[in-house]
Amino acid sequence: MRLILLIVLSVVLMTMDHRLAQMAHVRSTLSLVLAPVQYLVNFPVVAGRWFTEGLSTRRDLIAENANLKAEQLLLRAQVQKLEALESENRRLRELLHSGSRILSERVLIAELLAVDADPFTHQIVLNKGSRDGAFKGQPLLDSQGVMGQVVEVGPITSRALLITDASHAIPVQVNRNGIRAVALGTGAIDRLELAHVPDTADIRPGDLLITSGLGGRFPPGYPVGTVAEVTHDPGQAYALITARPSARLDRSREVLLVWPRMQTAPVEAETGTAPEERESGPDGSGEPAPEGSG
Amino acid sequence: MSVTRPRGGGIIAFTFFMALLLTILPLPEWAGPYRPSWVVLVLIYWCMALPTRVGVGVGWLMGLLLDLINGVLLGQHALALAVVAYLATLLHQRIRVFPVWQQALTVLVLVGLSQMLVLWVLGVTGAVPRSWDYWLPSLTSMLLWPWVFVILRDVRRRFGVQ
Repeated sequence: MRLILLIVLSVVLMTMDHRLAQMAHVRSTLSLVLAPVQYLVNFPVVAGRWFTEGLSTRRDLIAENANLKAEQLLLRAQVQKLEALESENRRLRELLHSGSRILSERVLIAELLAVDADPFTHQIVLNKGSRDGAFKGQPLLDSQGVMGQVVEVGPITSRALLITDASHAIPVQVNRNGIRAVALGTGAIDRLELAHVPDTADIRPGDLLITSGLGGRFPPGYPVGTVAEVTHDPGQAYALITARPSARLDRSREVLLVWPRMQTAPVEAETGTAPEERESGPDGSGEPAPEGSG
Repeated sequence: MSVTRPRGGGIIAFTFFMALLLTILPLPEWAGPYRPSWVVLVLIYWCMALPTRVGVGVGWLMGLLLDLINGVLLGQHALALAVVAYLATLLHQRIRVFPVWQQALTVLVLVGLSQMLVLWVLGVTGAVPRSWDYWLPSLTSMLLWPWVFVILRDVRRRFGVQ
């Protein structure tokens, strides 16, 4: 009868969804049906923000403007320094005949839709989809650090998994000395765990963890978290290390979608290139990163 | 009785739509785990009130939508809601004459059952939630049932859904 049929159908569907990559297409098409619901739920939040912005006084706006200008000046100064360092890094790498890393990446600002997902998975819904060039596996940053990666792309929305989700892992390295590790999500929004780090590894509380770029999915050099606690248990094979994510995972509204370009180009190809040319082309070739961390 | 023409399908669809909205409505961080299973509540009501119109098929379809909107494995809520709809239609004669607190207990059992089915699927795919908070929706669904019941009954009478 009908119940049995539907149960069998559900099981088949679950198996297909779990095993087959083609189901991603089905999902992304079906997600278009639900996008209006998500935008509708998001609407009061947008309206509320618009309302408060409309009612803010002239004095507030002037103060905010002054603040932003000061901040921009500060950031400009830092960027100048960074550009100088970048070109110096390039020169030094050329001297060493090692491949030059391209540091500039194309980014796009996306906004979170104010919808809640299942409280036991750490997912967020973004207002950008395949129409804007988002792709599956795309890294996601906020102003403080790495947030996660896109796992499902619909035409006008996409869904991203945060680095703290229990099924997420990201390759990192300690900024101070370059020790590599893998940071696993724990299911708690403020906690990451470093897996399989030997007891003798030099990792201390307060160390900054940055993406290592291994695995080919996340661009190297972005902050992931700071080490919060290191426990050496003689009964365990590995040290137990927890870290606090740098990104404001539960607070950021605007996030950055990144198109990483991290092939290490051979030196021969690089020598003739002027630094300006390197900056010129955010060509939008959002070629998907090779399969790596998941 | 037997010749009543079905009408008010739009109203039924609308109540399910509202339940979906409530499912993804942003709540404060602490309140997230307490969110009742709105879709299951609405499904139980319609299965009980109009078992000839809303049943296993509708339950399955709503479950599928729930899977999509929650971004979880396709079919896990579909399976759970189909079973809940089946039981609710099977027991509708009894649930109807229960006093409201007894109905609420039935709701606790049914929502708990749907959660258990989902938990099994999560267990098979290796994504088991680690805390007991997982079961809170059953509890809040039970506590909210009297209000959901009264509201949906009034909606049904006002718009003459049959």
